[in-house]
Amino acid sequence: MAILLTRVRSLGVRALLYGLLTFIAVFMMLPFIWMLRTSLMPQGEIFGSPPILISRNMSLDGYHYIVENGVLRSLWNTFFVAFSTTALSLFFCSLGGYGFAKHHFPGRNPLFAFLLATMIIPGAVTMVPTYVIMTKLKWLDTFRPLIVPGVANAFGIFFMRQYISTISDELLDAARIDGCGEFGIFWRIILPICVPGLTSLGLIFFMGAWNNYLGPLIYLRSSEKFTLPLFMMQMTGPPGYSLYREWMGVAVLSVVPLLVIFLFFQRRFTEGITAGAIKG
Amino acid sequence: MARGVVVSATNGKRRELWREIVRRRWAYVFISPFYILFLGFGFLPVIFSVYLSFHKWKGLGPMEFVGLKNFTYLFGIGGKAFWQSIQNGIILFFMYVPIMTFLALVLAVILNSKLVRFFQGYRTMIFAPYVTSMIAAGFTFGLMLQQKGGLFNTFLNMLGLPGVPWLEDIWWARVSLCLLVTWGWLGYNMVIMLAGLQTIPRELTEAALIDGASPVQAFFYITIPLLRPVILFSVILSTMGSFGLFNEVQALTGGGPMRATLTTMVHIYNVAFGNFRFGRASAQGYVYFALIFVFTLLQLRYFGREE
Repeated sequence: MAILLTRVRSLGVRALLYGLLTFIAVFMMLPFIWMLRTSLMPQGEIFGSPPILISRNMSLDGYHYIVENGVLRSLWNTFFVAFSTTALSLFFCSLGGYGFAKHHFPGRNPLFAFLLATMIIPGAVTMVPTYVIMTKLKWLDTFRPLIVPGVANAFGIFFMRQYISTISDELLDAARIDGCGEFGIFWRIILPICVPGLTSLGLIFFMGAWNNYLGPLIYLRSSEKFTLPLFMMQMTGPPGYSLYREWMGVAVLSVVPLLVIFLFFQRRFTEGITAGAIKG
Repeated sequence: MARGVVVSATNGKRRELWREIVRRRWAYVFISPFYILFLGFGFLPVIFSVYLSFHKWKGLGPMEFVGLKNFTYLFGIGGKAFWQSIQNGIILFFMYVPIMTFLALVLAVILNSKLVRFFQGYRTMIFAPYVTSMIAAGFTFGLMLQQKGGLFNTFLNMLGLPGVPWLEDIWWARVSLCLLVTWGWLGYNMVIMLAGLQTIPRELTEAALIDGASPVQAFFYITIPLLRPVILFSVILSTMGSFGLFNEVQALTGGGPMRATLTTMVHIYNVAFGNFRFGRASAQGYVYFALIFVFTLLQLRYFGREE
């Protein structure tokens, strides 16, 4: 380490490294800044040279427009879908993960291998027939097609199995001797121990559902059911009138909640996405 | 006589198996939700999709059996858009995956080396786009990439350079799409590689440096080979990503100009829900699946051969 440090300590190399990191960090932050700035900008000043970040004429007019057009309803829909998907998925995935991690039963290995194998089926193959099935179930224009099919998904069960298998068997045996039923063990012992893992997985589920666009695009019809991404894509103004300011307002509303959650739970979040990659 | 013994032995085994299954019934109850949902929303669609791919159907009314027509159609004039989308996937893959993967690796190595301060700050900023809705980001990029008065061209003009037709030209539109995708996924790849780097003992590179290797040599001859599985994982994900791009395309380019950024996922969506050709879309879904499968196998063979 000492040699490495002396060798690379040279100011030039370090300046280069900082330069690269800072350039990339700025590129990453730029769209967020531009989104926020444009959502407040009067129409006439959005474009122009030199570009301006702050204007005396900034206002919340863009937000007034989107609120009048039902963006809050859409925000609520997005939250509702993301929250229910997350809560149900966490329950069923940890239940399945518990089944695979802590029970020896005939057929366990083939069943688990099958579960993993289903992950290679791409959405492009199931998209059309699933739509037809949803039509037959009369689930079009409801949130059910967005929530139900994925609540016990293979990735989540795999993830929770890994997590639960680190819990010691003695603990569970002790609970069994005390007369705790299998579901009781799951509910009173496994779930509380798994809170960190559930947080990681829950963040991934929540993000996926919050940002989902293809699902709502296929299944939602009436505008009062739209989620934010769909709301943004479907929002058009009067002819010849660019809605950039208003679009950016919706973008801010759809981005900020996730960014806040991410900042609060950053460690859990990165743990979640790396656990799948490094172990798998 | 002997046969009777065998039969009773298998009967005994079967009875024992059954007893075991009954004894472990709770485990089956716990894992059953996945299999029930898969039956309805995985297995059934996969089978139904095969059936549909041999029929002509607009989603309403009777289905018409057309044999292999939905597949042979792809090799005629009508299949042009499909193959264009496959070609676009390959082009996009080569345009952004090598650069993004390399950049993610370099950033991960820099952040892991403890040579720079503000590790947390840089990591947070580079990773933040990953949690962002690509619809929102696509609109924002569209705004910044406007040919007249967009942020990027204004900058170029201020530097005395001519503006670029970011979304109007075939190749520039692909560049723009790659910019957006790299913006969204660089941090994800970097975080995965950071986690991979943390599994490599620090002593390995240090020993090489003591023996006189340069940091660049250590990077190429020690870090990259040891990180191979993680790199492979990230490249395979990006492969599926480049054919399956959907939100990014819809929000930024809509597949244009002249289908230059039409990805296979967008194409299949258009066939299914734009033209209501459910049979054709199903057939193309399967061809797409087969191609992705082959690409992935090739990559596993090419990159994974030393394992």
